[in-house]
Amino acid sequence: MSTRQGSLVLVDAEKIKRRGAFAVVEARVMIFLKYIPGLVSAAVANPFLYLVAVGIGVGKLINSHSGGVDGVKYLTFLAPALLSTAAIQNAMDEVVFPTLEGFKWNKSFFAINATPISAKQIANGVLLAALLRTLFSVTVYGTIVFLFGGFSSARGWLALPTALAAGAAFGAFIMGMAAWAKNDDQFFMILGRFIMMPLFLFSGTFYQLSTMPICLRWIGWLSPLWHTTELGRYLTYGHHLSLVMLLVHIAYLFSMFAFGMKFAHRQFERRLTK
Amino acid sequence: MATHEVLIEAKQLVKRYGDFTAIAGIDFQVRKGESFGFLGPNGAGKSTTMRIIAATLNRTGGEITILGKDPEKFGPEIKAHLGVVPQTDNLDQALTVEENLYIYGRYFGLSKKFIRPKIEELLDFAQLADKRDVKVEALSGGMKRRLTIARALVSEPEILMLDEPTTGLDPQARHILWDRLFRLKEQGVTLLITTHYMDEAEQLCDRLMVMDKGSIMAEDSPAGLIKTYATKEVVEVRFGSDRNAQVAPQLHELVERIEVLPDRILMYADDGEELLHSLSQKGLHPLTSLVRRSSLEDVFLRLTGRTLID
Repeated sequence: MSTRQGSLVLVDAEKIKRRGAFAVVEARVMIFLKYIPGLVSAAVANPFLYLVAVGIGVGKLINSHSGGVDGVKYLTFLAPALLSTAAIQNAMDEVVFPTLEGFKWNKSFFAINATPISAKQIANGVLLAALLRTLFSVTVYGTIVFLFGGFSSARGWLALPTALAAGAAFGAFIMGMAAWAKNDDQFFMILGRFIMMPLFLFSGTFYQLSTMPICLRWIGWLSPLWHTTELGRYLTYGHHLSLVMLLVHIAYLFSMFAFGMKFAHRQFERRLTK
Repeated sequence: MATHEVLIEAKQLVKRYGDFTAIAGIDFQVRKGESFGFLGPNGAGKSTTMRIIAATLNRTGGEITILGKDPEKFGPEIKAHLGVVPQTDNLDQALTVEENLYIYGRYFGLSKKFIRPKIEELLDFAQLADKRDVKVEALSGGMKRRLTIARALVSEPEILMLDEPTTGLDPQARHILWDRLFRLKEQGVTLLITTHYMDEAEQLCDRLMVMDKGSIMAEDSPAGLIKTYATKEVVEVRFGSDRNAQVAPQLHELVERIEVLPDRILMYADDGEELLHSLSQKGLHPLTSLVRRSSLEDVFLRLTGRTLID
């Protein structure tokens, strides 16, 4: 065995306090790299199938009937919503599974908690890694939308950052929920049926929220998907937004993110010190 | 190898969960280079004490310092110098043996340049060099345990904390592990061990704290404890389960202390053979008899009136 230097020489707690979350990101990336074929095929196949079926199939019908929606081709109208949906889905997968695994299935978060890395840093690292994967997926998705002619101009690419914002806001909140959940099965059931599905269907994804009866619009108002989709449409093709609504959308996403992170931090700390 | 430098010091340490008192005001000191054991049955408060030392659980009362610092104020600064081996392995199942060592080094902020050769050293130490590319889920229990210990050593910690290190392992795996821990001890690593196995405590610990129901019952070296709380030898006799209690008064006439267990009677004496001789002179002929050295099990029985593993 080589000469022992000892942790007093080797380990710098101050450095870990600043940069510990990146070690958690590194661990997550090591795991992603093992699933590269699956990640790439999911990133390509999902949007491809979606764009063929909805974007082109349904789009052709709508375009021929009414000349598009909101003054643009249906696919152009749809693109920001699809990208945000994909971002939310990706971010959700990448925070929910590692969180349940880390706390319950193989307790790896407890192993990290024994090192100088704090509970907050674990949460930050998991979200950051989830957003890295989300960035990868929406970039692939955006490229496919572009190839399908879904962007009316180069501004179309601005739907990527808004999608990422949706992933961050929703991901932070869901990460907190996953850390809070005691019962995994119930959690997945609630998440799938009562959160994801209504969000996807009632957030003005396929049509403008204003065409919904007022009694159902509140689902969209609560949904980060609607807020980012509105922002995305505003940025990509000039969908009309008042200054007030522009600020409301931005503020909503920021608040959801901030609240989500605070909630997640508290749950991570609670679970790791119980 | 122990020095005078105190690494861990607890004064009137208390941990309560609601009405339940897990640790009832304990005092202890651990010095640099010593191998210190917490011995006691399940629920004695050993793991709770370990978690407070590891800065992952806040105390309810009292004082504790690790490397001179309060764990509630300086968690990361203390954790930087601990290697923690928990009761249940929490390796990253998605990663290989080598990757588990690598990423743990990264959690301690170590450079890749330092970690690479360190991995080789730890794989040798844990006898897992041929398993380096194997996913953790495919390892045996003993291998996982050795990997968890190797992982805890990646940062060359000042204090290595092992919570029930060999529970659930077969005898061969236990002996390999003891050998590895013994080597660490020789290198001057301070070891903190919880166990409910007396043989483990005797093998590994310089000093022991016997705990029961959150309190300290005694504290000394294994030999010192035996000397204080037991005789040199123990005679175990069996008269058959219905007769054991019946002959007990007669046996008590021969020695100062006996323990009547459900299946056997323990008689404490400095010379076991001589005691057996007196038994037969008295016309008492047990079905089986055994003379052995006193162990920590006897100490525990004396201190708590209960056997360690029920």
